Amino acid sequence: MARRLQFDIFRYNPQDPQSKPHTDTFHLDETDSMTIFIALNKIREEQDPSLQFDFCCRAGICGACAMVINGRPGLACKTLAKELPDQITLMPLPVFKLVGDLSVDTGTWFRAMNEKVGSWIHTDKTFDPAALEERMDNDQAEEIYELERCVECGCCVAACGTANMREDFLGAAALNRIARFMLDPRDSRKNKEYFEVIGTDEGIFGCMGLLACEDVCPKELPLQDQLGILRRKMGWTAVKNLFRRG
Amino acid sequence: METIMTDLLCIGAGLAGERVAVEAASAGFDALCLSVVPPRRSHSSAAQGGMQAALGNCFKGEGDCTDTHFTDTVKGSDWGCDQEVARLFAETAPVAVREMAFWGIPWNRVVPGRSTYFKGGKQFEKIEPAAKQGLITARDFGGTANWRTCYTSDGTGHTLLYTMDNKVVELGVRVHDRMEAISLIHDGETCTGVVARCLKTGQLRAYLARATLIATGGYGRIYRETTNAVINDGGGAIIALNTGIIPIGNPEAIQFHPTGIVPTNILVTEGCRGDGGTLLDVNEERFMDKYEPEKAELASRDVVSRWMTHHIRKGLGVKSPYGDHLWLDIRHLGAQHIKTKLREVEEICNNFLGVDPITQLIPVRPAQHYTMAGVRTNKDGAVYGLKGLFSAGEAACWDMHGFNRLGGNSLAETIVAGKIVGGKVAEFLKGYEVAFDTATTRNAIIKDQERIDALIQCKNGRENVFAVRSDMQDELMDHVGIFRNGKDLQTAVDNLQEIYVRAQQVGLRSNGIGVNPELSLALKIKGMVRLSLCAAYAALQRTESRGCHAREDYEARNDRDWLKRTLATWDEGANLPTLNYEPVSPTFELAPGERGYGTCKIISCSDPDIGD
Repeated sequence: MARRLQFDIFRYNPQDPQSKPHTDTFHLDETDSMTIFIALNKIREEQDPSLQFDFCCRAGICGACAMVINGRPGLACKTLAKELPDQITLMPLPVFKLVGDLSVDTGTWFRAMNEKVGSWIHTDKTFDPAALEERMDNDQAEEIYELERCVECGCCVAACGTANMREDFLGAAALNRIARFMLDPRDSRKNKEYFEVIGTDEGIFGCMGLLACEDVCPKELPLQDQLGILRRKMGWTAVKNLFRRG
Repeated sequence: METIMTDLLCIGAGLAGERVAVEAASAGFDALCLSVVPPRRSHSSAAQGGMQAALGNCFKGEGDCTDTHFTDTVKGSDWGCDQEVARLFAETAPVAVREMAFWGIPWNRVVPGRSTYFKGGKQFEKIEPAAKQGLITARDFGGTANWRTCYTSDGTGHTLLYTMDNKVVELGVRVHDRMEAISLIHDGETCTGVVARCLKTGQLRAYLARATLIATGGYGRIYRETTNAVINDGGGAIIALNTGIIPIGNPEAIQFHPTGIVPTNILVTEGCRGDGGTLLDVNEERFMDKYEPEKAELASRDVVSRWMTHHIRKGLGVKSPYGDHLWLDIRHLGAQHIKTKLREVEEICNNFLGVDPITQLIPVRPAQHYTMAGVRTNKDGAVYGLKGLFSAGEAACWDMHGFNRLGGNSLAETIVAGKIVGGKVAEFLKGYEVAFDTATTRNAIIKDQERIDALIQCKNGRENVFAVRSDMQDELMDHVGIFRNGKDLQTAVDNLQEIYVRAQQVGLRSNGIGVNPELSLALKIKGMVRLSLCAAYAALQRTESRGCHAREDYEARNDRDWLKRTLATWDEGANLPTLNYEPVSPTFELAPGERGYGTCKIISCSDPDIGD
């Protein structure tokens, strides 16, 4: 006998003066392999066509559908109904600006983050179309890829104690990005330059070490390790800076 | 009315759109991208396998060259491609891959020494030479003579897109995300920008540009079962077709992949079958070995998809709440193999199906995968019909894929076409001036506002937009799918014409205020049905089989009569597209012949016409 699922969903349309934040309740009969992606689309098509939510690849690749599912940030597309109780509460991610209902503006936040950390290879060299590619050790390429796997879904930011309290905190995604470029021999930046971006309370020293970021990361990135490594590197850089000034 | 001006306006910020923007920005022009999602969520990110380029670094790629890449691409297209474009593409791909390495892609590299690989479920050994250590390596893909597909693990599209968007951030190229272009602004001769609807507020806005680029990807979402992201619903193709001037090239050229999982149609890799996995029916019996005694499950994509569909039609599919499907069985490969060589498959099955492939069967069926069809351009990426308008990537029919795209050639096209077309756009912008006509712009906006008001006020009727879409998707799935025949295609055209009438009578059930998703769909449903009719009608007219276009009633590839490209335009007020044809290629560096796989019935150019 299929379960009858109850969905309690946060509703608010900031563009509609009549709209007030509230919760709407919907019911669905569970089907085999039902995900939150399938459930929300069914609700929109059959019960309320105005319901706002974001999906894109629906395969756990693009990071569009992060939301708070029964109190925990996660990707809705890869959350199976059968892993949840009969009553499912869906809320939009905190920290990010609300677009409406379950939809939040992660694009603006992450663009600003990418600008802030200088998320690109910094180099004085110019590309030579006639030359062979620079060689790289395959292990090194795989280490970089391991950190490059972040999908900017925002789960780590939404789950972060510091990010929820202070708007200017860079968050684990940004710190992980810095760690990715530190590993890359093509990037000419030195620790001193990285220190200027993340050697503050807005950066690595603002992290309280609660590590919910790693717990909720849908790509299972090694965020705890990266935060630890960065804190040590930046700590040393701070000490060296003291000596230079002295 | 808010109006924004720029030199180059890219509609779409996936790999192709951003690559063109990067090229124009590097040449000193102001570039701005519109995207319906944050750029890094574009569907380019979902391409896992890799990007073809003839570097010839790895052992199994030794001796590879751009000539072979060109030949593979033309054969893959079943001689349906523009050979001048395919040549340009193959020649540019190696430089484009190296440039991406320079910008930061962590390409997998050659590791010298002994290693093993699998083919047909059997293990083989290879030795990589020390001289190539650290150069970009490649993996094996279907339809290629050598290992040529460069990759970063199972996330090639992801790393390419992130690196490209990094470049966009570095160059300060603006990206207006959650912004959907809903019509082109033009005077019948020149395109001067778009009217866009903001998906944060619902407001309309005009973008005026000296050059405009359509790079909105494919439109698999006109089919019910597709591997495509939900945003691949034809936005760019629709606004082009709606001009009545711009043709869609080969709208009947649509590719299916054999193994999408049921219900979500996420792909599981061909590697499952490559390593010895089998397909089973409702009785848990194999069937591919009966249809294709020689190749069985390892026949080409189109062939396997065809037999799977045939078997389901015979009533031997497995019933499910999501329709009939078949099983993919990899249990016999064992936990060790699945957990190491097919790790991604294991994750997809566990995450999205709650199925453990080590002990359970995987529900699969063929799903729409790629549109070779697209906005027709010349070799410079300039769109037919309107000056100042360009297109690149899957959205375009450039046309290097003809009637079948090779795996690894889609990512490659986005980067390579982006580079080439971007250069041509920059050339175009030098010294080109255009007058932005206020009346043309205002009329375009008024027209779109009227469409929105009519939908909200149900002026044309109260048809349910979701029901119309669902019926359209079913029609394509049932009658314009993997197997095609005159009777089914005629049924599809007839039924789609009725659906087209209903699409024009859509009215909203909700209030339409703000970023209303019902309104977003309602604004494009008419265009989606037009694209569907283009596919069905062009497929009905094409009385041959070529690549993905498999006619049961015309099984031969007919080079005598059909070595040509369909061009479909839509006259306002019509209920069918107008079809014209053009020669498939200006040159034939590689004369039409056998592909070396699939069926090989060919009516050649020199065969006499005996009439039919």
